[in-house]
Amino acid sequence: MAIMPQSLATPVDPGRTQTPGAAGALSDEMDERIFGAAFDGKVIQRFAKFLWPHRRRLLVALGGVVAFTATQLSIPLVIRTAIDRALTPPGVDGDLLDLITLAFLGVIAVNLVATYVQETIVGKTAERVLFDLRRAMYVHLQNLSMSFMDKTEVGRLMARLQSDVGALQEFLDTTVTTIGDILLLFGIVAVLLSLDWKLGLLTLSVVLVLLIVRMIWLPMAKKSFMHARQTSSIVNGALAENINGVRTVQEMLRERANFERFEVKARDNLRSHLRAAKFSQVMVPIVDTLTGTAMAIVVVVGGNRVLGGSLDLGVMVAFVFYVQRFFDPIRSLTIQYSVMQRAMASGQRIFEVMDVPVNIRDKPDAVTLDRIDGSIEFNHVTFGYLPGQPVLNDVTFTVAPGETVALVGPTGSGKTSITALIHRFYDVWEGTVRVGGHDVRDVTQDSLGHQVGMVLQEPFLFTGTIFDNIRFCTSGATRDDVIAAARAVGAHDFIERLPKGYDTMLEQRGGNLSLGQRQLVSFARAIVADTPILLLDEATASIDSYTERQIQIALKRLLAGRSGVVIAHRLATIRGADRIIVLNRGRIVETGTHRELLERRGLYHRLYSMNYASFDDIPEALIKDATESSST
Amino acid sequence: MDDAQARRAHPAEEPAQIFKGFGAITRILRMSAYYRWRLGIGVLATVIAANFQLLIPRYLGAAVDHAQSLLAATGANPDAARDALGWAALMLLGAGMLRGVFTMIHNYQGEAIGQSIGYELRLAYFEKLQRMSLAYHDRVHSGDLMTRGMLDIEGVRRFVDGAMLRTIVLVILLTYGGYRMMSTDLVLGLLALSFVPVVMWRGSMSSLLLRRTWRALQERMSVLTRIMEENLGGIRVVRAFAARDHELGKFDAASSDAITMAMRRVQIRYSNAAVMTFSYYTAMGLVLWAGGHKIIQGTITVGTLAEFLVFMAILQQPVRQIGMIVNSTARAFVSGARVFEVLDMEPAVRDRPGARPLRLADGVLRFEHVDFAYGGDSGDSPVLHDISFEVGPGRVLGIVGPPGSGKSTIAHLIPRFYDPTGGRITIDGQDIRDVTLDSLREAVGVVHQDTFLFTASVDSNVAYGDLDADRLRIVNATESAQLHDYIAGLPRGYETLVGERGLTLSGGQRQRLSIARSVLLTPAIITFDDSTASVDAVTEQRIRTALKDLTRDRATIIISHRLSSLMHADEILFIENGRIIERGFHDALLALGGRYRERYDLQMEFGDDPGLGASAARPAAG
Repeated sequence: MAIMPQSLATPVDPGRTQTPGAAGALSDEMDERIFGAAFDGKVIQRFAKFLWPHRRRLLVALGGVVAFTATQLSIPLVIRTAIDRALTPPGVDGDLLDLITLAFLGVIAVNLVATYVQETIVGKTAERVLFDLRRAMYVHLQNLSMSFMDKTEVGRLMARLQSDVGALQEFLDTTVTTIGDILLLFGIVAVLLSLDWKLGLLTLSVVLVLLIVRMIWLPMAKKSFMHARQTSSIVNGALAENINGVRTVQEMLRERANFERFEVKARDNLRSHLRAAKFSQVMVPIVDTLTGTAMAIVVVVGGNRVLGGSLDLGVMVAFVFYVQRFFDPIRSLTIQYSVMQRAMASGQRIFEVMDVPVNIRDKPDAVTLDRIDGSIEFNHVTFGYLPGQPVLNDVTFTVAPGETVALVGPTGSGKTSITALIHRFYDVWEGTVRVGGHDVRDVTQDSLGHQVGMVLQEPFLFTGTIFDNIRFCTSGATRDDVIAAARAVGAHDFIERLPKGYDTMLEQRGGNLSLGQRQLVSFARAIVADTPILLLDEATASIDSYTERQIQIALKRLLAGRSGVVIAHRLATIRGADRIIVLNRGRIVETGTHRELLERRGLYHRLYSMNYASFDDIPEALIKDATESSST
Repeated sequence: MDDAQARRAHPAEEPAQIFKGFGAITRILRMSAYYRWRLGIGVLATVIAANFQLLIPRYLGAAVDHAQSLLAATGANPDAARDALGWAALMLLGAGMLRGVFTMIHNYQGEAIGQSIGYELRLAYFEKLQRMSLAYHDRVHSGDLMTRGMLDIEGVRRFVDGAMLRTIVLVILLTYGGYRMMSTDLVLGLLALSFVPVVMWRGSMSSLLLRRTWRALQERMSVLTRIMEENLGGIRVVRAFAARDHELGKFDAASSDAITMAMRRVQIRYSNAAVMTFSYYTAMGLVLWAGGHKIIQGTITVGTLAEFLVFMAILQQPVRQIGMIVNSTARAFVSGARVFEVLDMEPAVRDRPGARPLRLADGVLRFEHVDFAYGGDSGDSPVLHDISFEVGPGRVLGIVGPPGSGKSTIAHLIPRFYDPTGGRITIDGQDIRDVTLDSLREAVGVVHQDTFLFTASVDSNVAYGDLDADRLRIVNATESAQLHDYIAGLPRGYETLVGERGLTLSGGQRQRLSIARSVLLTPAIITFDDSTASVDAVTEQRIRTALKDLTRDRATIIISHRLSSLMHADEILFIENGRIIERGFHDALLALGGRYRERYDLQMEFGDDPGLGASAARPAAG
């Protein structure tokens, strides 16, 4: 967070700071929206693109579903045939029964194959599509501009990469069943009407009642389902916060109070889920009563017609079977409805991320940079994060190959923005930034990254061994290269002392190393990457003096033979630079060597003579005084 | 739900923790047994519902026979047949309705038990994590704890209402229905149930396999999660090194690992489901064939065959669900084990039996030959060795030393985040292991280098340790910590939301908030563990001046690498490799010309501790 451009970390407009999550680039509203339409054409359309590559297999699966449904439909028909042709007078026939039984076996053999084909194909395709979707989202995040990434919490992105993709999985898993259910529903209607349309219509009239009941039920049930899901996310949020802040909780003896608060939330969650359960279960006796009604109709009307000789007995039996199965798809479609709602909401959230435009992309004719000379040139650069609020104003300077320039100035003066522009994390509003003579917008981002190295204020280490962390993405680097780099920055000794040396696994975020040690490892990483230009954001947190000295030595080694732009906080670093650029409010105020600047008696001299450990330490009020008196 | 609440008066006796040592499934079953009323009603309703459901084939069979009575040419009376049909229809309607009502009761009770168990586990889990010592939290990835708290508890809950009660339904339908069928016709009954052994065999086979794949899938997914999380968290590094391809490679490797396992799970699950369904249909075919021949021979009626077939149709839904039951049982087995693993853990640091509240007199803290190693006696190399000191009211102890020397460990030992492996720590003569944790932590306060802010207003974050603190006390605390002016300048002042979804505070501001938090509690012994590293030296001096009144009659420990922070201490310990190598007050240590002196010179040389240079000019600060 500390490396975030100041203008974003604490927006200047005080009104903005008050809106929680105002900085978040993904809408809050979207996160909260759990229930919406069960069908969103746009989401389906986008989703279809991910299904398209699998169309052949899906077509096979669809064939499987159709075959499966057909077998489901034909089983009662086979039974009907057996009863009417082989088992009731006048046609009692044992041989025919054997044949019909064979036909039955044939049907269920088809059913076996169809079930296997559709379920495994769909199940596997679903998994594959979800991984594809997750990857697409992940790749998109790798390409998005830093301004988006800065503004968005990792936790939110992770929720979209995990929970939302998970919700879609649930949806895909049940989609086949849904398609099967719908097919079955239509199939049953068709078969009932063709067997005997009068009895069929009579039986189906029961469904109308069900539809009316559901129309009344749905809005009420929806509300209770939504509440249940909201309480779940509240409970999970409380759990997460307590896990992350456990030390403070224990220290401040908040265990009991927090438990009580959590219990209230958990109980609310329990209650709302029980309420939702009541709503979903109340449909059960209704559906069962309607099934009973439909069967009673078949028995009374159908039975009487069998008695009267106008209906075959087998048809009546077949009706009984169909009526029994008829409500199953309706029941599962009800469940499917809420799964679909959830999936649509998740789909919207996923595609919202994928729709964030990639602002910074390679030009079609972008040049691939080859080893450049390391010069940097800012030509009348104006830049900002928020429209109308420039952070850099008409900044012009050059850095000669091999030169080390220290950027100095109070917080918010634009130092971080300058380094971010050299690496093209953002595009300038006006002017140009050139690296090795090339406008950074004319070269490929990848090749730019291989010429411009960066060491961040807060060293970030990945899970893995120390070796992996130093080598990082320079896959060509050998073990000797890694060790040489570690030696150069003075990290070799402490690494060797670790239980497994370079093969020691780092804990979460390098927790088993001290801050200073992590910094040295990140220096070594930059040496292995060996870029002609190095941007370095010095750590502000005061480090132990021993480590401090080591870091100063390492810094010199790191910058040797490279052009360096250092956001310097420590006087030792500032004094060691070839040139100092003093920034204030996005403008270059002074530039020169330490000695020259002191002689000039300007802002630098004033800040320096305040005798602070770093310019960042100086309280706002004093800076204001200093800048005002130096401008007068 | 209410019986659950009544029992929860003693969190220690939660059912979740009673049946240690049993398998996960056994424990879940035993937990459900706690809801004996719900379970009783649920099972009873299941039995009744099954009974009504089993009436359906019987009446349908009877109806078929009545409808056929004229065809059968037994000279039956059509009116009697019509009456019988009407009667059967009425019974079917009644049976359907009652079956529905009792199924509703059964389903609701099942879900209620599942949700209640989820609730119990959630509370027990929350409580356990709160009580686990920091040594545990240091070791375990917080993402993993969240997965257990969310997905795994959910897995257990779904097992209860999905698998457990559905199994009961299936067993009742099969045994009771099977009995009825076999007493109607033994051969047909046996044929109708002939699929059961196949289903049981395949079910248990796939259950074992699924359990393994579930576990492996979960592990691989958590690797994938970690990779994505680190990538997004360290996106600047990734961009800075143009490491996009490298990172995508890592993602793809982990992703394809996970997908292989996901595929295997799909394969096992659905191939078994297909076989199970096939065996069921085969049984149906056998019933049709054998029953048909029996009709032709005249030993049974068409109605009886219809009865058997409808009975089998009723079984279709539960049989289809067997695959689901097996899958969710396998998942519950893995998830349950992961949840119970946490619930069964004993916090390394807890009240001894018979621990008494600390009797605070003056507030004198003593370390007596304290040794400490993170892995316990036999574990890693010692972090602290033979540390002894005493600090009493109104006195200040300074601790300084290179990183990794064990300074912060001392701060962690005082509130018993860890216990020493040798020697003892006393407060007013009482070993801190003999007093209750609550009373100990009330008496001591530690301000750390890094602070956690809860998503809440500034004032509730400052008053985190004392819910009753009024605004005046809160303001006093923030004034001492030099934070009041900043907060008061915010448009919403103390109501401003901070934390993950609120206003972002700078490192120094967070540290000052942390100081305010501890100061508000006015502990008898207060430790500042590098708590001003990100606060500039001048503000730090102001904080110290402000705290002077407050700490006048308290024991203070200052751990810092900034010498100006502790040069005015009554005693300074210089620690290296876990041992005290120099001790004394500032001037004496300088005169000694040892490590402290070396360090002092170093800081003067770098000029990065203006407090040192300024100390002459501002003698009272500190």
